Amino acid sequence: MTAQVITLTSGKGGVGKTTAVANLATALAMDGKRVVCMDGDIGLRNLDVVMGLENRIVYDIVDVIEGRCKLKQAMIRDKKLPEMYLIPAAQTRDKNAVSPSDMMRICNDLKPDFDFVIIDSPAGIERGFRNAIAPADKVLVVTNPEVSAVRDADRVVGILEAEEKGSPLLILNRLNPTLVKNNDMLSAEDVLDLLGIQLLGIVPEDENVVIGSNKGAPVVTDAKSRAGQAFRNIAKRLQGQDVPLMNLESQGGLWSAIQRLTGRK
Amino acid sequence: MNTMEQLTSLVQIKGIRDGLMATFTDASWEDQRLALIQQIDEKPTFFQGARLAIDVGNQILKVNDIVELRDQLSERNVALWAVISESPTTEQTSQLLGLATRISKPRPEERKNFVDTIRDDDVALFLYKTIRSGTRIEYPNNIVIIGDVNPGAEVIADGNVVVWGRVRGVIHAGAKGNRNAFICALDLSASQLRIADEVSAELKPHKNPKPEIASINEEGKLQAEFWNVS
Repeated sequence: MTAQVITLTSGKGGVGKTTAVANLATALAMDGKRVVCMDGDIGLRNLDVVMGLENRIVYDIVDVIEGRCKLKQAMIRDKKLPEMYLIPAAQTRDKNAVSPSDMMRICNDLKPDFDFVIIDSPAGIERGFRNAIAPADKVLVVTNPEVSAVRDADRVVGILEAEEKGSPLLILNRLNPTLVKNNDMLSAEDVLDLLGIQLLGIVPEDENVVIGSNKGAPVVTDAKSRAGQAFRNIAKRLQGQDVPLMNLESQGGLWSAIQRLTGRK
Repeated sequence: MNTMEQLTSLVQIKGIRDGLMATFTDASWEDQRLALIQQIDEKPTFFQGARLAIDVGNQILKVNDIVELRDQLSERNVALWAVISESPTTEQTSQLLGLATRISKPRPEERKNFVDTIRDDDVALFLYKTIRSGTRIEYPNNIVIIGDVNPGAEVIADGNVVVWGRVRGVIHAGAKGNRNAFICALDLSASQLRIADEVSAELKPHKNPKPEIASINEEGKLQAEFWNVS
């Protein structure tokens, strides 16, 4: 068995990369896959917080690279899912403590024992980003339906193409169907039209995502959440299953009922 | 002479206004790359935090070659920011990686030869891809793009620019002052165009885009009009 290494990146910060990593890894582990997440954001770590594992950290990725501990010692097992691990970033070092070849070496060591290695890239296109994409078999670009986020995503796609990393896949995060309907937000079509890459999934705006992140319990574990459902579907697609896109407009509710009555689209 | 000295003499490094410049010869790229890294490793404090441009002469470099060198340099805290090359392939590769291909002082002699032998109007850089945000394509003659020019991308030609796709970034034709240059595209909506020193007002996106051509009209204004199939 050899793991697939998947890196999530975005260019712009704050679009939901870390949340997406935590949710996809959790969803894959819920499907019985053996998963390791790596936090590539050296110096500004937060994947451990979102996954609720902060207080279990003893060693981090820089300790592994600099030989202060074995790789196994830096891997933190999840509280609920025994087949899911986190390798945390160092909080007190900067990204120059890690090089692209270090990342490749660690991933190669992990590959035989896992199904998926998921890497959370820092924002930006500098060293930390290079580190995160170096070992990737597949890159997922996360963006929001906002002009600035899409432009940065476009830049990242261009760099990935120039580095011959293959065409990345797109996760469109925090789409609000009501705003799109009223022409107040870029639609999925607008974003895809510009980026010209394959769509892996659309995650609707959902306040449960923030609540989950703050509680250290990713939203995929909430069976009722629509964002959770979207992440579960993306995880299925990563495993090669053909899952159709959710119909985001079937939400019902009072507001759409009013819209239907008044004939607004 | 021992091997180390031989290696080291392969690549010359000198200071320029914008940092350091390493000049490569036509000898094996691999040897010269190693020689450069060796030179840096010998004097790490001197190179610490340096901005490095490389002049690679006629070497034809692939993405991997440049990326490998850049990563090795970056591990040594040296920033590769420019690749100067005689080869259009290498130049294009470097531009796609976001590296500069010209430094403030223009290259002497050799570039001229290239231009002298072929008439300007006959030469075009042909790109079969979408030009994405953050990419800057510069070429001393015409540029033809089969693909889109996305917002945040810049295309700068001394000659004309033809885009078989949508233009939503910045295009500058006749960048050296040629007021007869033109820009045409299947869709010129919502972008900024420049010809010589004229700048277009912001173009409104069209509902139903049609091919357009932009040029400087008799009043000296930059103007875009629909392509007339007559």
